[in-house]
Amino acid sequence: MRIRPRYTQWLAVTILGGATILTLAVLVFIIVFVLEKGLPVVNFGFLFTNAEDMGRAGGIFTTLIGTIVLPLLAIIVAAPLGISTAVYLTEYTVETRATKIIRFGTDCLAGIPSIIFGLFGFIFFVTTLGLGWSILSGGLTLAVMILPTIIRTTEEAVKAVPKSYRQVSFSLGATRWQTVKRVILPNALPGILTGIMLGIGRSIGETAAVIFTAGSSLRMPSSVFDSTRTMAVHFYILAREGISSENAYGTAATLIIAVLAINLTAYWMMGRFIAKRS
Amino acid sequence: MSLIGEKGVRRILSITAFSAISALLLIALFILTEGLPFIFRYGLHDFLLESDWDPQTGKFGIFPMVAASLWVTFGAMVVGAPLGVAGAIFLSEFVPKSVMRVVKPTIELLAAIPSVVYGFIGVMVLAPLIRTQLGGPGLSLLAASIILGIMILPTVISISIDSIQAVPQSYREGSLALGATTWQTIHMVTVKAAKSGIIASIILGMGRAIGETMAVIMVAGNSVRIPESPLDSVRSLTANIALEMSYATGLHRQALFATGVILFVGIIILNSIAIVALRKRVYKK
Amino acid sequence: MLRKTIGLISLVMIVLLIAGCGKTRTSITLAGSTAFQPFAEKLADQYMKTNRNASITVQGGGSAVGVQSAISGAAQIGMADLVELPPEAQQLTATIVARDGIALVLNPNNKVANLTLQQVRDVFNGKIKNWNEVGGANARITVVSREAGSGTRSSFEQIVKEISLAKDALIQDSNGTIRETVSNDPNAIGYLSHGLLNEKIRAIKVDDQECTTELIMAGTYKLVRPIYLLVKGTPEGEAKNFIDYILSSEGQNTLKSNGLIPAK
Repeated sequence: MRIRPRYTQWLAVTILGGATILTLAVLVFIIVFVLEKGLPVVNFGFLFTNAEDMGRAGGIFTTLIGTIVLPLLAIIVAAPLGISTAVYLTEYTVETRATKIIRFGTDCLAGIPSIIFGLFGFIFFVTTLGLGWSILSGGLTLAVMILPTIIRTTEEAVKAVPKSYRQVSFSLGATRWQTVKRVILPNALPGILTGIMLGIGRSIGETAAVIFTAGSSLRMPSSVFDSTRTMAVHFYILAREGISSENAYGTAATLIIAVLAINLTAYWMMGRFIAKRS
Repeated sequence: MSLIGEKGVRRILSITAFSAISALLLIALFILTEGLPFIFRYGLHDFLLESDWDPQTGKFGIFPMVAASLWVTFGAMVVGAPLGVAGAIFLSEFVPKSVMRVVKPTIELLAAIPSVVYGFIGVMVLAPLIRTQLGGPGLSLLAASIILGIMILPTVISISIDSIQAVPQSYREGSLALGATTWQTIHMVTVKAAKSGIIASIILGMGRAIGETMAVIMVAGNSVRIPESPLDSVRSLTANIALEMSYATGLHRQALFATGVILFVGIIILNSIAIVALRKRVYKK
Repeated sequence: MLRKTIGLISLVMIVLLIAGCGKTRTSITLAGSTAFQPFAEKLADQYMKTNRNASITVQGGGSAVGVQSAISGAAQIGMADLVELPPEAQQLTATIVARDGIALVLNPNNKVANLTLQQVRDVFNGKIKNWNEVGGANARITVVSREAGSGTRSSFEQIVKEISLAKDALIQDSNGTIRETVSNDPNAIGYLSHGLLNEKIRAIKVDDQECTTELIMAGTYKLVRPIYLLVKGTPEGEAKNFIDYILSSEGQNTLKSNGLIPAK
C-alpha cells in the first residue's frame, strides 16, 4: 500500500519539528540547569575575592584574571598573524598551489583536537622553550588553536568588501597597501571582530589545552611566566574533585554568561555588518 | 608604513601567511618525534591491535582505546546526526526567516558552552539515570555517546543549514511546479543538492566527537576494555592521553605521545575528507 | 585607527614582557603527588603569611613527576607518596614529612562494614563481583581505581599485593574524582587518601581495623604509605626553610588537623 504524499508530508513535518524542539529543549535545559544552581552564588564578593582552601571557600578572582589574560594574550598573538594571512590570501595573491596549501593547512589546523594542542604546547612551549606552565605557554598554545578561526572569518569579511571600493581607491592612485589599510580593513572590521570574538569564546571555554600548558595554580600571577588557572579549568577541578559543587556551579554560571555575552556581541556585530553591506 | 614600502609589506604578509601551515607542521613535527620512535620500537601492529594496556609492566596495546573512540564517535553520530540534520531541514524549510534568525544563533551558542559543562551535566544527570534505569556503572559508552551527540549538534545544524540555504531557490520552485509536496521537494531535491555539505557537517561533527577529551573523561568511566555493551565503561584515545599524561614518565610517556600520533593521523584523514566534501559544495554553488 | 591599535598592542606586549623579566623573587616550586598537593598548598599559604617575600608554587603531576622534576630541577622540591621510591631517586635527599593512610571507601548507602585484605584483593582483581559475596546486598560491585602511574595506586597495589586490576574497573585520575564517583554510585568501591575522607563516602574496616589516625600511628591499620619531599643535593635556602616549617610542630599540626598522619 502506498502512503499518500500528504500523510508523509505531515509525518515528516512532525518528526522534523519534534527533533528541532528536542534540540532546543536540551539547550535550554543545560543553560537553565547551570544558571539556576549557579546564579545564587554569583555576587560581587564571589567574583572579586580570591579562592581559599583550593576553591572550597572564597571566590574566583584569580581565575577571572586567568580567564581574561590567557585569551587576551592569545588574541594579541593570533589576531595580527591571522588578519595578515587573510589579507595576503585575498588581496595579494591569486589562487596558486601555495594558497591552496595554506588553506588546506588552515582547515586541518581548525580540526585538530584540543588535547593535541595541549600535548604540543606542553612539549614545545613548556618543555623545549623552557617557559614552564605559564600564561605565556598557555596563551601561545591558544593562539595557535584559534588562528584558523581568525583567518577564516577575516577572509570572509575581506572578500565581502565590494570590488568597487578597491577600484575607486586604486583609481585615486592609492597603492595596494594603502587600499588595504584605508579601505578594506576598516570596512571588514566588524567581520574581523566577530572572528576575534569567536576566538576569545573558544579559548575561554577550553580546558584540555590550557591545563597542560598554563597549569592550574590558583595564585595571583605576577608575570606572564607564572602559572594560572582559568574559570573553565577551575570549574573542571571543582566539579570533578567534588571540592565544592556550589562554587563549581557559580563558576559555570559566570562562564556561561561570559560566553553568551561574547557570542551575542559577535552576532550583534555581524548583524550590523550585514545590515551595513546591504 | 611608508618606511617599509609596498614590496616590504607584501613580503611581510607573505611570511605571516605561512603561520598557520607552519604551526600545523610544527605540531606534526613535535608530536611525531615524541611518538613515532616508540611506535617503531614497539611495533605499529602490537601497539594498535594488542588489547593489554598496563604501563607498569610495559604493555602498551591501545586497541581498546581505538575501539572505544570509534564506538563513542559512532554513538555520537547516531544521536547527533539525525537530530542535527532534521533540525537543519526543519529550520531552513519550514520556519519563517525571522524565527530562524533567532534560533540559529541560539543553537550555535551550544557550541560555545565549555565542554566541561556538558561533561558535568552528564555526570550529574545522565549517568545516574542510566545506572538506575538500565544498569551498569552509569559512566558508560552510552552516556558518552549522548553527551557527545548533543555537543556536535550545533556543528551539524549550522553547517547543514548553510548548505541547504545554498541550494538555488529555482530547484525548489521547479519541483513544486511539477506538483510535488514540500516534503517530496525537500527529500528528493533540496537535500540531494545539499548532500555534500550535510555530509561534511557530519564529518566535522565526527572530528569533534573523536577529539573531545574532558567531557569524555568525565562521563565514560575510563575502563581499559573493548566494550561489549553500550552500558560498559570505556576509555577513548583522548582520555587515555589526558588521564595518564600528568603522571607518565619514560616509555609510558612516549606511549601516550604515540597515542597522540594515532589520533593526529586519524583526525587529519577525517578532516581531509570533510574539506574535499565542503570544497565540492562551494564549487557547485 | 589601525596604526593606533597596532601601537597599543605592541605597548601591551612590551609591558607584559618587562613585567615578566623584572620579577626575581625567592620563589620555589613544589611538584608531584596529587594526594599531598592540597596539604602543600595549605602549608604554603600559611608559610607565606609569615614569610612575605617567599613565593611558593604548588603543582600536581603525580609522584613520578615529583621524582622527575626534582631530578631535572623543574621543581625545587618534588613530592612523592610511594611505598618504594624508584631507583633514580637515590640521587635525591628524601625527607619523610608525613604518612598517609589509604582508606577503602564505599557509598554511605552500602551496608558492608568490613573486608579482609584477601577480599579487597579479590574485589579489585574481579574475582568477587557481587556485594552479596561479602555480606552485602545483591548488587554488582563497581570497582573504581586510579590511573596507571598514580602513586596512590602503586602504593595500594604494593601493600595489598598480587593485584591485577579487573578489566571493567572504572578509572579516575585523582582522590577527589574517586570520592565523587563512589559518592554517586551506591555499588562502588574505591580507595583514597585518609586525609580526604568526608561525609559523602564511608571508610570501611580492613581486617577489622578502622582507618583512623590512632590506628595508623599504632601501626595496626596496614594501608599506610610515607610522603616524601625530594630535593636535589642537600636542601638549602627557601626550600630548606619550607621543609623545616612542615616538620615544625605548627606544620605537623596543620597536617594532622587536616587528616594526615605526622611524620614521627
